[in-house]
Formats: sequence, structure tokens, C-alpha cells
Amino acid sequence: MYRVALTAPDDFDGWRGAARRLAAHDIDPADIVWQIGSDASDLFGDRPPPPERPEAAFTVPRAFVDLAQTATLHRAPERFALLYEQLRRIRSQRGAMDDSASPLLRRIDMLAKAVRRDMHKMRAFVRFREMPESEGSRYVAWFEPDHHIVRANAGFFVRRFTTMRWSILTPELSLHWDGDTLNEGPGASRGDAPQDDPVEAIWKGYYAAIFNPARLKTGAMLSEMPRKYWRNLPEAALIPQLVAGAQAREAAMIAATPRSPADDSPERNSVRAWQRLRDEAMGCTRCPLHRDATQTIFGEGPVDAPLVFVGEQPGDQEDLAGRPFVGPAGQLFDQALDAAGVDRARAYVTNAVKHFKHERRGKRRIHQTPDAGEVQACRWWLTQELSLVRPRLIVALGATAARAVLGKAVTISRTRGRPIALEDGTEAWVTVHPSYLLRLPDEAKRAEERARFVEELRTIGDRMKAAT
Amino acid sequence: MARLTIREKLEILADAAKYDASCASSGTAKRDSRDGKGVGSTEGMGICHAYAPDGRCISLLKILLTNSCILDCHYCINRQSSNVRRARFTADEVVDLTLSFYRRNYIEGLFLSSGIIRSADYTMEQLVEVARSLREDHDFRGYIHLKTIPDADPGLIRQAGLHADRLSINIELPSDDGLKRLAPDKNAARIEGAMGRLRADMDDHGDARRSYRHAPKFAPAGQSTQMIVGADQADDRAIIARASSLYDRHRLRRVYYSAFSPIPSPSTVLPLRRPPLMREHRLYQSDWLMRFYGYDAGEIASATDPATGCLPLDIDPKLAWALAHRDIFPIDVNRAPRERLLRVPGLGVKAVDHILRSRRHRQLRLDDVARLTASIAKIRPFLIAVDWRPTMLTDRIDLRARLAPPPKQLEMFV
Repeated sequence: MYRVALTAPDDFDGWRGAARRLAAHDIDPADIVWQIGSDASDLFGDRPPPPERPEAAFTVPRAFVDLAQTATLHRAPERFALLYEQLRRIRSQRGAMDDSASPLLRRIDMLAKAVRRDMHKMRAFVRFREMPESEGSRYVAWFEPDHHIVRANAGFFVRRFTTMRWSILTPELSLHWDGDTLNEGPGASRGDAPQDDPVEAIWKGYYAAIFNPARLKTGAMLSEMPRKYWRNLPEAALIPQLVAGAQAREAAMIAATPRSPADDSPERNSVRAWQRLRDEAMGCTRCPLHRDATQTIFGEGPVDAPLVFVGEQPGDQEDLAGRPFVGPAGQLFDQALDAAGVDRARAYVTNAVKHFKHERRGKRRIHQTPDAGEVQACRWWLTQELSLVRPRLIVALGATAARAVLGKAVTISRTRGRPIALEDGTEAWVTVHPSYLLRLPDEAKRAEERARFVEELRTIGDRMKAAT
Repeated sequence: MARLTIREKLEILADAAKYDASCASSGTAKRDSRDGKGVGSTEGMGICHAYAPDGRCISLLKILLTNSCILDCHYCINRQSSNVRRARFTADEVVDLTLSFYRRNYIEGLFLSSGIIRSADYTMEQLVEVARSLREDHDFRGYIHLKTIPDADPGLIRQAGLHADRLSINIELPSDDGLKRLAPDKNAARIEGAMGRLRADMDDHGDARRSYRHAPKFAPAGQSTQMIVGADQADDRAIIARASSLYDRHRLRRVYYSAFSPIPSPSTVLPLRRPPLMREHRLYQSDWLMRFYGYDAGEIASATDPATGCLPLDIDPKLAWALAHRDIFPIDVNRAPRERLLRVPGLGVKAVDHILRSRRHRQLRLDDVARLTASIAKIRPFLIAVDWRPTMLTDRIDLRARLAPPPKQLEMFV
């Protein structure tokens, strides 16, 4: 049994010297014990190290030296043995460093990767606190790394903060830079570092302000800044309250949107916004329906209407006229509103789909029901319209409109006749589309359904009057 | 109004800057402070010094010089008609703040932008002055990113490039219609004109440095831009096409995508609902595919949903592309060329390099591939290895369902 005593946990040179000599004698890895320091509590009866064999000198690829230098810093005790095994493999097998899929090399790669990450996190998460001293300020940090990386990482801080005087204290080792030379000291404890720095309050203010509460992604934060680092990061103390406040803040932002303060009057903003939206919709190509239709039929009515009617899609006459609800179904709709005592001039009228979908048969263009994809594509416009108008009540006429308003397919017969609360608090109603009444062949049935439609409109009208 | 403290100003001006997604501090020239009088170094790889709960990294001190603005862009919290509280830093205040944060290792440097006050030139002069003072008065060697004002005098922009590592001009909205509607004072042609001039300046300095070793460096980390996603009607296909043409024409280092997010006191022109954050993420992934995996914009477009023109949200674009092009799979991991291996969902650039090196020495089995990648289950249906051949798997109709992650409850935070 050979025992190799390394001077420190990151003693790469010690490992390299011993490993070279042992490998030159082809010593089996199982016969070597790698240890840090020379506490010779001896169980095995050590053999003296084999002599140097200059005649058996060998070279190894640069890639291995780099990898070994990094992997040596890992805290896993088996790192020295694994590296020695890989060294033996390099001597016996050509291209052993290229064979990434070998379990041994993969294992060592993983150690090196963990070390590199730890070094990177140290460069990121060291936080200096300024400490007045007689010769000027000294910047002192307390940091707890996972691996034996502190000495190897010193160069980075020297290159970056050459003109400052600084110290980095860690449990294993301390670094002190005086502007000219780097000194090492023994390990320290958290209490040895200064406990505060007035600039930290400003930094925390920055951290809180740069955070966007409208987009909470704590998973992404945690994967890059795991909790184990939090206790040494002053700004991390704010995280729980920022997260807790985030949803509430976003909701408040939306609720506080001014509807009509003096400088944001409907004339100046909402109407202008609606006109621009309409102009943009005129060139809409979100789905293929625009190709065969004459024009986009956008909604119309007061932009501050308390009541919105959503139909299915423009028909043949609407497509030509450029306005919603002017064809036969629109006329029936007007009559029904009249009978129910609802003023159409106070309502905003629009469609779930804004282009006429049809099939040509001879000279006639026959209406076709839009599919879910088309409704979904067009829903963007409807959502914009609704967010501008912000009605108290939305009435979906027919199944397509119900799908667009509620975001899912529903059965008219089972949802009609009662209020449905939408996510944002708006009240929605579902009823039939007036064209359904036109299509009923049976006279009596038509009259019955029409009466029911008028009755529902009356109820909705009453709800609106009660709400406004 | 009482005078604001530095901290109050910082909170206002950082809050105003946070809608800019870019925070990169990488890819610039290597330098350090060993022969200097100040502090600072850049070593290629950027460092993220903290992460906010929105998942974004904090690498730079990202602030505006002032949030007053003569423009009235609807998506912007700082637009003239917004009732947000206004503040303004002096150049010295920004310099002091940058240095005192940098010395404590909070940041990699400064990302400075500004609302437009008085004129484009005046504002640009102020931005350049901060960068000049950091570099010349304090010998600061950290990272500086300056937002460039498209309408400013090209001479000023050239000065900015001599001090800054990176310059950027935001394209703002992917569609010209959207820009007209939401940023009536801005103009797509002028923005792209400024980008084109920047590229020409970078090319000139590059030529000069090839001939004269001491020719000054000009924006060594190049230029980038940002687009807001979900505020206009552009779908993913249009956004990707736009990004791709920007990469080609102006040789941008990065295009950033920022999901529109509700802002306090918004203009009512804007949608109030935000697009899903996942959409932004999928765009980032597809951008990555274009820059590092050899996909072109048309190929990404073929992975979008034909009805909506958007990338699927539940699976990543590489998997979506593979499912739409099943005829090229399975791919033989022991024979296929690099470009083909890069098309396998779940195989990254590093894993592919490992496979190429490793297969010179051994015939790869499925276990070998598993050791080189994070998740073999996702890759398996698309690969042939010595001991593995997916039978009919790529033809299964339910392949998508098998590979898509199960629907998850919304993320909760303890």
C-alpha cells in the first residue's frame, strides 16, 4: 500500500508529482491511498514511494492537465483516485481523452463541471462591504463555497479589483489583497466580516425596483440562485416579500387603469385607441379567411358602452356594407331589441370572427361556420375591443360567440338565461343568434323562440339599467 | 417638490428601465485593471450577479438617465402622457453609483438608457458623457452598454461606440403597423437606418484594426435590439422572419424578445392582458436554434401552428419541428453528420460534440448516449444506436402526447 500525503485539498501539483511517479511504475490504483496532510495513523504499513524513473517519463494531453487541475478542486474524496485511473488509461489507450462516453471520463467531467459552476457563482455572489481603515477603505466579503476553489479563484478578483484593498473570508481560507501582493490567512467565520454597509440599502432598493412584478418566474431564479446562497446575499432578504406582493401589485395595476381622467379623456385616448385598433384590424391576416372576404367588419358603437353584443361573423350583406348586423339577422335583432326596450345606440355590437366565411355556390355565397382555429385567431381582436370598451355586460349571440367570450365550447340550451361571471368580473350572458330564429321552419316554434329571445334581452336590459 | 435622494431617484429610474430585457455582459474584448488606475475587468463570459424573482438576471446596473420623455409611445411607462413620477440623474451621480456598486461586486457594469429630453442630440450627448467620464476620468474597465437614440447625430453615436462595449437600438415592435399604432413618433425606416450605420461603423473599425494594431476599438460586443411580443398582432412566424432579417442585414449579436407586460397607468390603446410568458421563452428557443443549430427562419416557421402562426407553448420548437418532419428520423447516432445530429430534440451542441468525438473510439449504445445527455427518454424515439432502433415510434400519432410534459398546476412559491 502506497500512501500519498497531499499538502492541501487543492494540491494539484502534489497529486501530479506523485501520480507521475506511481504511473511510471504501473502501480495499481487499488494500492494507493490519497490523503490530505500527513496524519500518519497507520493501518496498512506503508511502503516507501517508488523511486523516480526519468527513463519512463511520459507526456499527457493538455486537455487532461486542464481537466485534472479543475477536478482536483472538487470536495469528493475519490477525485484523486479517479484522476489517477484516467491517467493510467491515457497511457494504455489511444484517444482516451476523446472517449466522452466512457463512464470514468464522464464522472470526472461532472466533477470539473461542478467546480467550474462553483467558481462562477463565487465570482457572481461575493459581496464586499466597505470597512474604514487607517490607510483608506478595505472591502471585505464573507463567502461559503461548495468546493476547494478559493485559491484558484483569487486571480479573478486580483485582475478585477487591482487598485482596491480587499479580503475574501471563507471557512477554509482567507485571501487578502493590499493592492500589490496576495496573502493567505486561515479560515474565518461570518462574524469576522463587517456586518453592514450603507450602500447595501441602495442596492436593495435597486433590486426591488428592477424586479418586474408582472412576470413572476421564481423557478428560473431558483435554478440560478439556489437558496443556499441567499444568506450571504443582502438582496435575497427581499425575495419573499417581493414574491408575495407581486400578484397583488399586478392586479392593482390593471384595476387602476384610468378610465377617463382629464388628461386621458375618452376623446383623447379610448376613441383614438379604438380607431387605431380598427385601422390595424383592416389589414388583419391572422387566419386565411381574409383572402375571400371583401373587408374586415369591425365592431361599432360607443367606446364606453356598458353593454356589448358579440355575434358570430359578418354575413353576405355585412361583408359588402362594411358594418356588422345590417343583414336579415341584423334587422331581426333590431326588432327584438326594440321589443325588449333596449337601446341599440347605447350598445357596442361586434362579431367573434371579423371576416365573412363562406362557400361559393353558383352566384351565391353560402355562410359557413368558422372553426375553432379561426375563432381563436380572431379572439385577439375581440379581447382588445373588450378591454377598450370595458362593458358591464357581454352578451354572446350563438355558440361561436359563446366560445369566443367564454374561451370554451358550451351548449346554448344549457347556458342561456342566466348570468355567468367572467374572470375579470364582467357579467356574461349567452343566448341564441338571431339567424337561428330565421332558420326555424315551423311558424309556431319560430314565434315561441322569438318571444323567448325578446324576454332574455329584456332581462339583460334590466340588469344593465340596474348596474349603471 | 422636495429634492429626491439618490435612492429615490434610483428606484424611479430603475423601475423605468426594467422593461428592457437585455442584460448581457458577455462577448466583449478581454481586459483587466492590472495596469490601470481604476477598477474593472471583462473576461469573455458575462456574470449574472443576482437574479430577481422574475427570473431575469441582474448583471448590469440598468437605469435611465431620466424618465422624462417628449415622445408618446403607448407601450412605454415613460411616455409623455403617463402620470408616472419623474426623476433625472446627473452624469456624476450615475458614475458614482456605478463605481460604488462595482467595487462591492454587485454588477458587471452599466446599461444606460434615457427618455428623450429637449432633442435626440442633447440626450445622446448626456449618455456619451457618462460613458466618457467612467472611462477617461475613472479608468473604468467594466462593461458599458449604451442605448442609442436612432435620430441622434451619427458623430455622437460614433463617440458612444468608442467608450461602450455594446450599443443597441430597439426595433420596439415586430410589425410596422404596430409601430405606427403604438409608437406614432417612431419610424421603422429611421430605426433600421441607424442600425445600418452602426454596422458600417463597426465594419470600418474592424478593417482599421486589421491594418493598425492601435486603432481604437468600436463597440467590441456589437449591437443588439429588442422587440415587444404580444402588443401588436404579429404572430411568431412574422416575429422570427423579422428577427432573421435583422440578423442578416445588420449583423446583430442578439435580438431580445420581451413579452409585453402590463405597466402602471397604461394607455388604453394597449392590450391589458399579457401574452403568456412561455411565448417569449419559445421565441428565445427558436432564436437559439437559428444562431447555433443551423435552422433558418423558414424551418422554424414550419414548426408553427398553421392556424395561429405561433409556436406551440407546451413543447419546445425543436421538438415541434421534429414532429413535423418525422420522415428524417430516426437518425443513426453512429453515422449521421453533425448537422443531422443537431436536429435531434434533446441533443445540444455539447452533447453532439461529445458523440462525434466518442464514436471514433466506440460504437455508441443507448447507455453511452444517455450518459452524454440530460434525458434519454425524450431522445430515444428519434435515434438509432447499436442496441436500439425505435420501432414505428416516430409514426405513432400519440408521440407528441408522449413527449409533451404533463399539464402542470401553476407554480406556487413557498
